[in-house]
Amino acid sequence: MIYIQNYLIIAAILFSIGLAVAVTKRNAIMTLMGVELMLNAVNLNLIAFSQYDPDRLQGQMFALFVMVVAAAEITIALAIILKVYDYFKNIDLESVNELKK
Amino acid sequence: MSIEDLLKNIDRQLVTQIAFFVFAFITVGGALYLLFTRNVLYAAYSLLVTLLGVAGLYVFAGADFLAVSQIMIYVGGILILMIFGIMLTNKKKEQQKSDQLNKILVSHHNRFWVVLVAGALFLGFLKVIFEANFHIIGKNMHEGTTVKKIGVELMTNYVFAFEIIGLLLLAALIGAAYIAKKEKI
Repeated sequence: MIYIQNYLIIAAILFSIGLAVAVTKRNAIMTLMGVELMLNAVNLNLIAFSQYDPDRLQGQMFALFVMVVAAAEITIALAIILKVYDYFKNIDLESVNELKK
Repeated sequence: MSIEDLLKNIDRQLVTQIAFFVFAFITVGGALYLLFTRNVLYAAYSLLVTLLGVAGLYVFAGADFLAVSQIMIYVGGILILMIFGIMLTNKKKEQQKSDQLNKILVSHHNRFWVVLVAGALFLGFLKVIFEANFHIIGKNMHEGTTVKKIGVELMTNYVFAFEIIGLLLLAALIGAAYIAKKEKI
């Protein structure tokens, strides 16, 4: 028997690290990795609570849909990043700031 | 005392907890390496380790189907796509000679403030977790597999969401192929 607090603390650590990765890194793909980490933290929470609901498994169903949406999101984001690379020859987020000028 | 006696005397609870904390350590260690490394490819590999650790944690929560889906979708799909993206967006002029290691480095910005904010967020989560007084109602930890239940639920209660998610995937596929195509100039 593993207490649910263990899952929640691990998910909190993962979410905080994901946030830090998504904001500090200057490479666009690293930002995507941070977002993936945050989505995984949320999924971990959903599944941890779902183990007390074995008849309906609502948390697991929700986590399944979150996974599929994450897959769709990452394909579109990578396509956009490839386009950005074609245009700027660079995916450094600090140098992609034409609208600021 | 034979090996069988030894195996009978092992405390299953203790073994489960040790295995759980090994997976937790793998997960958090991979994530921390992802935060502190500068090499983008190493970051992708540490994300691999983290995702596999999370899949192991799913198994401990009784979600066997989701653990396998996690490995197939994240490790088999998303991570491969990301590594392709890293390789395709590498600057050619910064590449070293072919006999050297091919490092793709990334720099950080605002490191101090972000780590401060993330730490504060984590402390806030901890406070919420320990102050929330969970009363678990209902049955605990079913035995056996969840595959049949998930299949039945997908085709009954969640059939609308299932169809919509299929449409979303189709739209994402077509959109990604359209966005990423080379434009004729």
